[in-house]
Amino acid sequence: MRLMTRTRIVYALFAAVIAVSGWAINSPYYLQILTFIGINTLLALGLNMLMGYAGQISLGHGAFYGIGAYGTAILTVHWHLSPWLALPVTIFAVILVAFIVGIPTLKLSGYYLGMGTLGFGMIVNILFREWSSVTGGASGFVGIPSLELGPISFASAKNYFYLVWGFVILSFIVCHRIIHSRVGRALRAIHDGEKAAAAVGVDTSRLKLQVFVLSAVFSALAGFLYAHMVFFISPESFSFIASIRIVTMVVIGGMASVWGSLLGASVLTLLPEWLHAFSEFEMVVYGLILMLIMIFLPKGLTRGLLDMYERAGKKNDR
Amino acid sequence: MTGNVQPLLQITSVSKAFGGIQALTDISFSLAGGTITGLIGPNGAGKTTLFNLISGVFPPDTGKIIFNGNDIRNKKPHQLVSLGIARTFQNVELFDSMTALENILVGQHTRTRCGMMGSILRLPWVAREEQNARNLSMELLDWIGLGEQTNAKSGDLPFGWQRLLELARAMASRPKLLLLDEPASGLNIVETLRLGDLIRKFRDQGVTVLLVEHDMSLTMEISDRIVVLDQGRKIAEGAPRDVQENTEVIAAYLGTPKKIDD
Repeated sequence: MRLMTRTRIVYALFAAVIAVSGWAINSPYYLQILTFIGINTLLALGLNMLMGYAGQISLGHGAFYGIGAYGTAILTVHWHLSPWLALPVTIFAVILVAFIVGIPTLKLSGYYLGMGTLGFGMIVNILFREWSSVTGGASGFVGIPSLELGPISFASAKNYFYLVWGFVILSFIVCHRIIHSRVGRALRAIHDGEKAAAAVGVDTSRLKLQVFVLSAVFSALAGFLYAHMVFFISPESFSFIASIRIVTMVVIGGMASVWGSLLGASVLTLLPEWLHAFSEFEMVVYGLILMLIMIFLPKGLTRGLLDMYERAGKKNDR
Repeated sequence: MTGNVQPLLQITSVSKAFGGIQALTDISFSLAGGTITGLIGPNGAGKTTLFNLISGVFPPDTGKIIFNGNDIRNKKPHQLVSLGIARTFQNVELFDSMTALENILVGQHTRTRCGMMGSILRLPWVAREEQNARNLSMELLDWIGLGEQTNAKSGDLPFGWQRLLELARAMASRPKLLLLDEPASGLNIVETLRLGDLIRKFRDQGVTVLLVEHDMSLTMEISDRIVVLDQGRKIAEGAPRDVQENTEVIAAYLGTPKKIDD
């Protein structure tokens, strides 16, 4: 019980920090970067449920991210649907795709699951690039409308910031609740030992499929928010590289940690911005930093920093 | 054998081959409810194969396995748990990143029903179910003497305790049939004695136990019946004392003495 109230305080603080940031920051540039962090956090959080908790890798989540973005683009521009109607339709489509893809691929494990999902991601990306009549092809999709809700327009950077982070908080609560439940325990059980999980009665294939679909929905939501923020999407944003970036966020931030997803997304969004100073060496320094984090904090930033803090605390006790 | 009482588990003419190797040939026996049966035999006798058939790891090539009136030949391991079959592993398979309490909670997976939606909405019945599961887990931990270790990571516990924890996890599903794969391996004498007591207590609560074990003293002491396998065939079955005196069994373990005049 005491633990529950503590979590509530943490989430209330988190919401307060977001509210204050939105109120205090007026530069559209910073607001936009923070909003991108929010979108990336949704991506990382979704994949973390699959990778960090259930222990199943996916190198194809960029595809779900893309289907979310292209789905709403097609529905709102070609079909003239309201974005708020396009969102559930897109999510439904992603659930369907995730089911169809998940049933055969989740029979694989380890490297083979990685390869299977990688292949799926590539096929979807080729679809985005080559199906020009619908997706706009390699030159991209233009003219995606901005979001509105009654009198509130989300065209302003500040309102969009609130919208995205509102979704982030909601997703955090959803994930937190799943993790600390019978389902969450079963997921971690699969991670620790699939054979043993089945032997205590967990329907491992069904649960793996469920969490795969759940993580795809998070990616699609992120894609929706991305499309209506930038109004222009192109296949590169959802390529193989995008899938790898999501995996990197999870690993750098910390597997099996909701806050790790936030941290990983922040680092991977902010680093490229800060590293512009290195101009042509940007990617070299970027890669170097990721390598150093992995060498010195192999469990990711969250766990690594907590361990350091605990060690420091023990030293002071003596 | 058991008169007109329906046995809990009935195995009839079961055979299984892996490629060219005949692992089990025409095995038949049955387990009466509320008994402890020891399954013994030299290495390579087919004990583990039989064990895996019963726990649903793979189906038999021919023959029938009837549990509590259900044909369980093509059931998956997780389905068998809901029917009432729980098992432990030869090399303890706990969920190492989870606490002792959480391990037992996962053990109650089939007895609880909160799903993805239930956990997100956290309805009142979910909270009640969770509380009940926790209470029962605490009881089980106390019962096996690990009540103080509730929040210890199971991977950090000494090996003997891990064995007990795995046993408690299996019992958390409230099984009718408990399959134990070499539960005494890696335990010292004191721990083995405690294990024997626990298994007897399970039986006294009405749980039927099938035990694969190398430790002969334990098997002979706690089993009501013994089934002996050798090279994939059943060579003897009966009360421990009778089996120990069976010449075929002695031959299987020690080899046939060569007659001097041969």
